[in-house]
Amino acid sequence: MHHYITEGYVLPNQAHIYWTTMIVLYPYITGIVAGAFIISSLYHVFGKEELKPVSRFAMLMALAFLLFATLPLLTHLGHPERALNIMFTPNLTSAMAGFGFIYTTYLFILAVEIWLLYRTDIVYLSTNAKSAPMRTLYWMLALGVMDVSEKAKALDRRVMLVLAAIGIPAACGLHGYVGFLFGAIKANPWWASPLMPVIFLLSAIVSGIAMVLVCYVGVQWRKKRPVDAACTQSLMEYAWYFLIVDVALEMLELINHAYMANHDWVILKELLSTRLFVSMFVFQVLIGSVIPFFLLGAAIVFKDRIAASTRQTIGFVSGLFLLVQVLAMRWNVVMGGQMFSKSFRGFLDFHVDFLGREGLLAAGALFALPFVALYVFSRILPLWGSIATFPTGWLKADAGPPSPSTH
Amino acid sequence: MTQPLSDGDLTRRSFLERVATTGAQTFIFGGLFVTTALMRLPQDATPGTTPAKRKKRAPEVIYGFVVDTTKCIGCGSCVRACKAENNVPDGFCRTWVEEYTFYPNGEVVVNSPKGGENGFPDDAPDRNQPAEIGQLPSRGFFVPKLCNHCIDTPCIQVCPVGASYKTPEGVVLVDPQRCVGCGYCVQACPFGSRFLNPETNTADKCTWCYHRITKGLKPACVECCPAEARIFGNVNDPNSEISRILATNRVQVLKSYLGTNPRTRYIGLDSDVI
Repeated sequence: MHHYITEGYVLPNQAHIYWTTMIVLYPYITGIVAGAFIISSLYHVFGKEELKPVSRFAMLMALAFLLFATLPLLTHLGHPERALNIMFTPNLTSAMAGFGFIYTTYLFILAVEIWLLYRTDIVYLSTNAKSAPMRTLYWMLALGVMDVSEKAKALDRRVMLVLAAIGIPAACGLHGYVGFLFGAIKANPWWASPLMPVIFLLSAIVSGIAMVLVCYVGVQWRKKRPVDAACTQSLMEYAWYFLIVDVALEMLELINHAYMANHDWVILKELLSTRLFVSMFVFQVLIGSVIPFFLLGAAIVFKDRIAASTRQTIGFVSGLFLLVQVLAMRWNVVMGGQMFSKSFRGFLDFHVDFLGREGLLAAGALFALPFVALYVFSRILPLWGSIATFPTGWLKADAGPPSPSTH
Repeated sequence: MTQPLSDGDLTRRSFLERVATTGAQTFIFGGLFVTTALMRLPQDATPGTTPAKRKKRAPEVIYGFVVDTTKCIGCGSCVRACKAENNVPDGFCRTWVEEYTFYPNGEVVVNSPKGGENGFPDDAPDRNQPAEIGQLPSRGFFVPKLCNHCIDTPCIQVCPVGASYKTPEGVVLVDPQRCVGCGYCVQACPFGSRFLNPETNTADKCTWCYHRITKGLKPACVECCPAEARIFGNVNDPNSEISRILATNRVQVLKSYLGTNPRTRYIGLDSDVI
């Protein structure tokens, strides 16, 4: 167990920080899920055609991150073997007890939606994939539903639409709930705020859009494929819009704390001007908010004067900055709330270890897992399109050219 | 309501209408169910906090704790007794004593070296000092602290698995067999009374020595206090010492603005004690 350097009077039981890197990662990962899902829904529900190139990828990205959203929680539990008690014996007054149910519901919606989205491809591949084991895999994935008639596909689309419409409030619920976990803790003046769920949700959307943007542009560059200019432009516009609302609320909350200047402001002011200064004002505000605000703003306002390729580079770089913004925000909320004692008279220093259960290496490895999952998905399902865009080498030599899917 | 549909006329519109109706019904009835369930959650058994319409027999014993800060001499016997009685791991405290020292320039210095386990020697390592070394303090006192066994507990409220609970006598306990060690209760306690025990990896806290009090004994800290600064007993018994003290003193609680309703009450609390 760590012993932290303390300053001033820290309550005897508070010389330890219990929630560290893993609890920073948890809202970061779930946030990307919510954001990616919303991007996908903008195409599937709201018919934003320009987002079609990333609509399937965003959905699979949401699943890849959702699959590992529970892992940071499990690694930090004192008794991970009892984790399922949260669903067997839930305490109804606990916000945390809702997690198992919200998570499972959302995972179910997402899995069914992806299955419907790829059903036509799966059925086609169950007879036309190159190797026999792969054909068996697709046959199993089809779950016995081999009907790909126009009538069946029309029903698929209807169910998908409804699921996506349920999925949006579910995504908002999942991440608003994560904000509530912190916002409803009255013991901690840095957390307790009705704005917390809203800020968490908005920053989640920002991080999800940024992750889709960075991955899309990055993969297209890597594969030397053309980047869809309308798609990246649209992603940048959404990112800019949500960034503005998100940062406005984050700053309003801070200003509200300062202006009300309650008894707890003394300690919060000290926290912000010392231990949280760099991560808050340098990373979250300057690098993560101000710079991308101007970068994206330029690419949007001077759209006609800047070459598409330059705008894509701006989008890629801004996306990376936005990912830093949201990570810094998670850090500042989770760690900031634990760097001062509830005596309101003392502080704790926190330094991240490299090794160890909650060290940088473990956190990095955990954050890499969703990308590994995405890679595995990409070997089974086309990330970027439908049947028409199957990469060469997927199909049997004698299989004819696939017909384009209507999805 | 729409008529039952045959397979052929399941249009998008009627399909969505059906989904919307079912969704709305689920939402309304689900909401009603959850609201009712929340309203029916067990309330605290203390007379006065139980809703009038729910006739519940008042329990015979409700424990209370009074800390008389005017009597505490800062010897640390209570901390040592608690550690010995409850096998509290090093670096943590189920009870601790704070020393408040006030200086003429308005500065307040608070210390609790090792929770006050060895008293308050001047040469204790990491002892907080006033900014202006050498000035003489104007006044000072000790404040023993422990779990407040709140009536409206934020810690029980947040426990996701129901491992934190309240006994009929009002004592807040943790079931180490059920605790998942998430630490949410540690975050939710405004007083720093809870910690994660590094040996059991579960939440740990003051139990008012539940194993002793249910046998008619006093908590170890109360038993050992040479200054009678800690008073424990049944507040439902009008003849108990604690009832007499509560009836004849002005008492306060810590962080009353948070509305947790502590059962641990203080005599002689200063506004600088947080």
